[in-house]
Amino acid sequence: MGLAAILGFLEALSRLGVVDPRSFPPISEDVGALVLQLPDLAFWEAVAATLEGWALGLGVAVALAVPLGILLGSLPPADHALRAVIEFLRPIPSVALIPLAILLYGLGVTSEVFLVAFASFWPLLIQTLYGVRDVDPVALETSRAFGDSWPRRAGRIVLPSALPYLATGLRIASATALILAVTAELIIGSPGLGREIEVARSAGAYSLMYGLIIATGVLGWGLDTVLDRTERQVLHWHPLHRGAEAAS
Amino acid sequence: MSDHDLGTSGRARWAARGTWIAVEALIPLLLLVAWGAWSATANSFYFPPLTDILSSFRTTWLFARFGSDVVPSLLRLFAGYAAAVVVGIPLGALLGLSPLALRTTRPVIEFVRSIPPSALIPFGIVVLGLGNAMKVFVIALACLFPVLLNTVDGVRGIDPVARETSRMYGIGAVDHVRGVVLPAATPRIAAGLRTSLALALTLTVITEMAASTNGIGYFILQAQRSFPIPEMWSGMLLLGLLGYLLNAGFALLERRLLAWHRGARGTG
Repeated sequence: MGLAAILGFLEALSRLGVVDPRSFPPISEDVGALVLQLPDLAFWEAVAATLEGWALGLGVAVALAVPLGILLGSLPPADHALRAVIEFLRPIPSVALIPLAILLYGLGVTSEVFLVAFASFWPLLIQTLYGVRDVDPVALETSRAFGDSWPRRAGRIVLPSALPYLATGLRIASATALILAVTAELIIGSPGLGREIEVARSAGAYSLMYGLIIATGVLGWGLDTVLDRTERQVLHWHPLHRGAEAAS
Repeated sequence: MSDHDLGTSGRARWAARGTWIAVEALIPLLLLVAWGAWSATANSFYFPPLTDILSSFRTTWLFARFGSDVVPSLLRLFAGYAAAVVVGIPLGALLGLSPLALRTTRPVIEFVRSIPPSALIPFGIVVLGLGNAMKVFVIALACLFPVLLNTVDGVRGIDPVARETSRMYGIGAVDHVRGVVLPAATPRIAAGLRTSLALALTLTVITEMAASTNGIGYFILQAQRSFPIPEMWSGMLLLGLLGYLLNAGFALLERRLLAWHRGARGTG
């Protein structure tokens, strides 16, 4: 309802000439331009390239951040030793590394993966750290009293308890990863939706540009929805989600 | 620990804390020294000696390019951020108080929020051209959503007893918002403001890289393209420092302004 009203309003603005229809084509034309792209293989290649940058970067970040987070969370000396370093590195805007990425990895997908991985590393690390610190000490001591080895404790007590934090970290990291993937494509020119948007803009194909921006929005929304669903299914046993389902 | 003599255990704990602080300060220094030593001998084109980077930092940013690049960047950053705050908090409060308005606009908000903000730069260029207006607009748009959504959640999460009490006493709408709603929502709003501040710096850099003739983002990309590598590193160092200082400054301000809240909850 609300959506239809706002879409109609936008359409009318352009149709009636309230805004310049050259730079603001009617929304139906933007969607039309996007629909025309759908049978085009090049469009799907761009989507796949963006998704590739997103997935590889996020994968690298998970592989590095989660073990490090578990280690720092369960070893206070290591945590103290690296705390100042982490607190200094974390607020660095990852886009500051774009020039370095270009120097080291060129203009291709590797640069994109490097930037995505750096940016999504931090939310994952911090969430894992908090999750591990938040483990119920009684459960941990009980497991220790029963003589469980450290890997067993980590697998059976620490990891399950930290999973909801990890899931939150993953969702934040996923949104960050998509932003960095599109940014890298836009600035560096590595293949993907970001580059296609910029190409459409410089060619003056504004309907197509808006259509592609809508497509990145759909992609972002879709990724978040998939992660949210997956989290609910994987963590259905967790009190947080048991409560949420009962309430909704 | 509790069955030890309190005096010694207290002293031991202080000693331990002192050790930790020393370790926390020492490790970054060691890393810096290691970087300096390695880069001095590595003779790598991409990783110039740390001393070169620092001297280029001094000649570039203190204060030769401060007025021409740092000031424009900061002005755009704060202009966009301020616009997002000025629009985001009242709009968020309105949507938080009116379920109908929230339900009507939610699909659009959710959708626009899902668009990576950098994808809005070409849109900004088409509508507003290549100048400052475009950059401030993109920064503001990106920063708007964390502020807006956190305000909505903060306002909706207000204690129903407080809300009903305020209604029972017939408190007027303006006083209700100012006296009950906003204070209760402040911690959430602060969380949104902090997220947005980091975003503002990021978007400032991206917009300057995409289309600009000055600014820190423009400078480091230009340095990379024309290969004065120490200058590029010095710009990256400056951005790191700026990110760190903005974050630390915000944390300080938040602690000052929310002192009553942490105290009230007994967690400060």
